[in-house]
Amino acid sequence: MKPGQFVYHAPSTIDEALATLAAVAPEDGRVIAGGQSLVPAMALRLAQPAHLVDINGVVGLDRLQVDAGELCIGACVRHAAFERSVAQGPLGPLLASVARHIAHHPIRTRGTFCGSVANADPASEWCLVVATLGANMVVRSTRGARTIAEPGFFQGIMTTALAPDELLAETRLPLLAVDTRCGFNEFNRRAGDFAIAMSLAAYRVEGGLIVDPRVGVGAVESQPRRIPEAEAALRGHLPGADCFLAAAQAAADAVEPIEAKPELAAYKRDVVRAVVKRALEAAEKSADSNKAE
Amino acid sequence: MASNETDITLTVNGADYPVRVEPRRTLADTLRDQCGLTGTNSGCEHGVCGTCTVLLDDEPVRACLMFAVQAQGKKIRTVEGLADGDRLHPLQQAFIDHHALQCGFCTPGFLMLAVSVLEHEPDIGVDDLREALSSNLCRCTGYKNIIKAVQAAAVAMRSQETSR
Repeated sequence: MKPGQFVYHAPSTIDEALATLAAVAPEDGRVIAGGQSLVPAMALRLAQPAHLVDINGVVGLDRLQVDAGELCIGACVRHAAFERSVAQGPLGPLLASVARHIAHHPIRTRGTFCGSVANADPASEWCLVVATLGANMVVRSTRGARTIAEPGFFQGIMTTALAPDELLAETRLPLLAVDTRCGFNEFNRRAGDFAIAMSLAAYRVEGGLIVDPRVGVGAVESQPRRIPEAEAALRGHLPGADCFLAAAQAAADAVEPIEAKPELAAYKRDVVRAVVKRALEAAEKSADSNKAE
Repeated sequence: MASNETDITLTVNGADYPVRVEPRRTLADTLRDQCGLTGTNSGCEHGVCGTCTVLLDDEPVRACLMFAVQAQGKKIRTVEGLADGDRLHPLQQAFIDHHALQCGFCTPGFLMLAVSVLEHEPDIGVDDLREALSSNLCRCTGYKNIIKAVQAAAVAMRSQETSR
């Protein structure tokens, strides 16, 4: 349970970090930010990088601020930063409700939002947020900067559009309209464990009917994604038990769980039905609390 | 492969420890083997059990999930720093009074976790406390006495604070 040998690099500027990464990426060099997924993988020898480029000391990567309608999350912003609301409107409270499901506080003090996104674990809560709300990933290397949107960023289990020499410098999440109703639900057997299934739901109501529905499901397929069939079951309907159940059933039917055994896939579908319904109920409840304020 | 040891200085419980480590050496192992501070225990060594919990700049971290080279320049606090001479920290006394340990292996991690919880949220309610303590594993006590002890310590620490 001891990590293998590696050469340690601790750049202090972004340019230095990118130059180092460009030099060591072809020799199995990797970025380390919070390390809360990478270091366990190294302890288990599932990962044995030859070089680690530690970006914790890089000036400016801890930026967390709203800019032109987007919440800009720098590469070193920790999960714990989101335990309290960090943005106006419904986004801040939503992210806070999601953050408390990410492992435990001592993990959240180190692990980073962008690290989770770059790691692309199918059960990552932040990846579900990125997939459901749509985010832009600002990626930098010595070759320049580019922005990759999701859908398009995640490319399967722990696989993304990032090249080995590229650093995910910032994730930009769109702010939610003030009247957005949104909710999150996750099921697992023990506090802090990886999700068995989770769902994020968001919609608005115009003239009493649902518009702009978004239903995302994570921890079930190789990557989190929106479920169009569930969204279609919501669009234009009165928010309430009937259409929530229809959307939940549509999601359960639509997902393709990455389980080899049929009985486990069927179980996942059951859990998907439950978490989608609960996420929608939480969204509707968020509308009540908006009114109460 | 040639060893690539580097010289670093760790600041633990207010004292400086100059040590020579390979970059792959975790903070937990370095505290125990190089600094001689064996109060911090190593359990699962991959971030699950919480027994190696220490405070880094007053925030709880898993010492097995960071490298010692990353802890340079940070203020590290371990279980050895809790007692003031022979006078136990209120949490340590409460763990004894409420039988919150049996084999004691998880205790240093629970103490450091609980210290950070009560320093950040002295009036924490029982539901939030249960959630916070779910971070660490104990195989003996069943947790109930740990919760009782932390609640008792919270009362003791608050009255200590007001009597100052």
